[in-house]
Amino acid sequence: MPRLPAMAQTPRTLYDKLFDSHVVHRQDDGTVLLYIDRHLVHEVTSPQAFEGLRMAGRKPWNMNSVMSTADHNTPTRDWDRGIEDPVSRLQVDTLDSNIRHFGARAYFPFRSREQGIVHVIGPEQGFTLPGTTLVCGDSHTSTHGALAALAFGIGTSEVEHVLATQTLVQKKAKSMRVHVTGQLGAGVTSKDIVLALIGRIGTAGGTGYAIEFDGSAIRALSVEARMTLCNMAIEAGARAGMVAVDDTTIDYVRGRPYAPGPELWEAAVACWRTLVSDPGAAFDATVELDGNAIEPQVTWGTSPQMVVPVSGRVPDPADEADAVRREGMERALKYMGLRANTRIQDIAIDKVFIGSCTNSRIEDLRAAAAVARGRKVAGSVRLAMVVPGSGLVKAQAEAEGLHEVFLAAGFEWREPGCSMCLGMNDDRLSAGERCASTSNRNFEGRQGAGGRTHLVSPAMAAAAAVTGRFIDVRTLA
Amino acid sequence: MDKFNRLDGLVVPLDRANVDTDAIIPKQFLKAINRSGFGPNLFDSWRYLDTGEPGMDNSQRPLNEDFILNKTRYQGAQILLARDNFGCGSSREHAPWALLDHGIRVVIAPSFGDIFYSNSLKNGLLPIRLPAEAMDRLFAQTLAHDGYRLTIDLADSSVTTPSGDRFGFDIDPFSRHCLLNGLDEIGLTLQHAEAIRAFEARHRQAQPWLFL
Ligand code: SF4
Repeated sequence: MPRLPAMAQTPRTLYDKLFDSHVVHRQDDGTVLLYIDRHLVHEVTSPQAFEGLRMAGRKPWNMNSVMSTADHNTPTRDWDRGIEDPVSRLQVDTLDSNIRHFGARAYFPFRSREQGIVHVIGPEQGFTLPGTTLVCGDSHTSTHGALAALAFGIGTSEVEHVLATQTLVQKKAKSMRVHVTGQLGAGVTSKDIVLALIGRIGTAGGTGYAIEFDGSAIRALSVEARMTLCNMAIEAGARAGMVAVDDTTIDYVRGRPYAPGPELWEAAVACWRTLVSDPGAAFDATVELDGNAIEPQVTWGTSPQMVVPVSGRVPDPADEADAVRREGMERALKYMGLRANTRIQDIAIDKVFIGSCTNSRIEDLRAAAAVARGRKVAGSVRLAMVVPGSGLVKAQAEAEGLHEVFLAAGFEWREPGCSMCLGMNDDRLSAGERCASTSNRNFEGRQGAGGRTHLVSPAMAAAAAVTGRFIDVRTLA
Repeated sequence: MDKFNRLDGLVVPLDRANVDTDAIIPKQFLKAINRSGFGPNLFDSWRYLDTGEPGMDNSQRPLNEDFILNKTRYQGAQILLARDNFGCGSSREHAPWALLDHGIRVVIAPSFGDIFYSNSLKNGLLPIRLPAEAMDRLFAQTLAHDGYRLTIDLADSSVTTPSGDRFGFDIDPFSRHCLLNGLDEIGLTLQHAEAIRAFEARHRQAQPWLFL
């Protein structure tokens, strides 16, 4: 066969490489069968998928591709009492019996030492590896793209499809490059980058795209911080976010329980080193952000795109020319109980939640503890809680004495899980309560009916806890 | 998914328009962990006189004797007649699951909610669109004759009445192919099982650390 040098030289994006290397079969209508390497399974979106397999008399293709845990429904305290809500307990018990029946490469049941939020434990265990395709019945699966994986959320029918066939029917997305130049200032985090991005392009700005984050400000981030970034790619409308492989990626993966061992390590690293966009690769869209100029961000409304720097003010709908947007802003202000033009730093809060798959890793807890150290939660704050992302994060934090810092300051120190990110367990906001939250969604009722969520970074949440209102964490030091 | 080829079945006439998915299966039943078992709660708020909650013993609940599905002559019906916009509302896949679990294999209506229509096809429930005049005749005949049955032939896309009247219906060829052969998306993908296995073998060789 003649060689095709022109083809071979076409520069490709990271997304091209990840996608193209997993194509099993191309169909005439432009869809492809995409091979899936890794599948994370939790209790909420899996029961009907397993039942579907049973009803069709099908066997899973390869349960060795599955890692599983219970996280959404599990309580964050009094673990000795088990799960008291019968509906939640049934979902968790069902996962238990399904995994016992079908097997899994790894399963971390409720109350096991390694239990945690799926998107925290996948990378932590070395189950999420560069170059893999990874799915989970959960939209924040985009998190895992921080390790140069192609990771995205799927629905229950697709969970069943992956279990049965190890593939998904997919169409290739367009590619977007988010290029963040310069360096973040002290006290500014990847949470602030992604909130600033969503503020710029909107929650639909990334719809139909896979986003690759790059630039000097991204290269300087730890893998944990990159996960925060990719986690919220979905809030920008993109199903997947990713960051190319560099030394930081490789160092992160080395030595983790499910990572390749010494015999295969060099070969794996050689393969992973290719997981970068080629120079000159074409993206369908590019967004430039100046990392030097990003300030700590605070959302004021009921969509992540309703966000301003902490130095700013709640915007005035009267300044909005577009009628639909103006109405949306008015509705949001009403729900949030806020007046236009209020200074963000004048907004007082009732509760603080530090946790979720966005910001519950060890680095997040360190950043929050650094602010809490030697300070007290303000008397006006009803509850400030820290929920580690996994049992291992919790153990690490305790080994570093972070829990003592939090407890001394008046924070509650809880067991790992999704917790108040969505309030499927008992951790919820009451109607009208205002919360500084490190999670990812500020939709109406997300953290409890009538609850008012302001999304911030962990350091900003801790700063809000100790002052009782939003404050620029950089002025606290 | 079960194959669908030809069905000769008892007909039940649900003379309502805009039957939404919340009416088909109310939201309190979505916390369930199964895809089956929704049948007893199909049309729950119409079928029973009390308010249904998950975990109730449905056999002990007071039935609404006026509701058409509860009438003795329609027990065991597999074909449901309805009016415009059947299955509008939310995207819950629980709606076709509930109909199937109850034993319904075909719904005939002038029009359907979009998502319900495609969810039905994915699950082996056949939604048939017939013009309003044809629907009027079917409703009238069903009510007039005890034990009224229709014959549905998917291969030639027709509905035939006991007196031999025949109505053709449209369905896209791909969906028809899947239903006739009992192929759901998983079934279709599994037709490529060889290709998947071959890909997997190459992948394993290139990246053995993924298969430990
Ligand atoms: S922490 Fe929140 S966003 Fe993340 S998986 Fe759990 S519920 Fe979903």
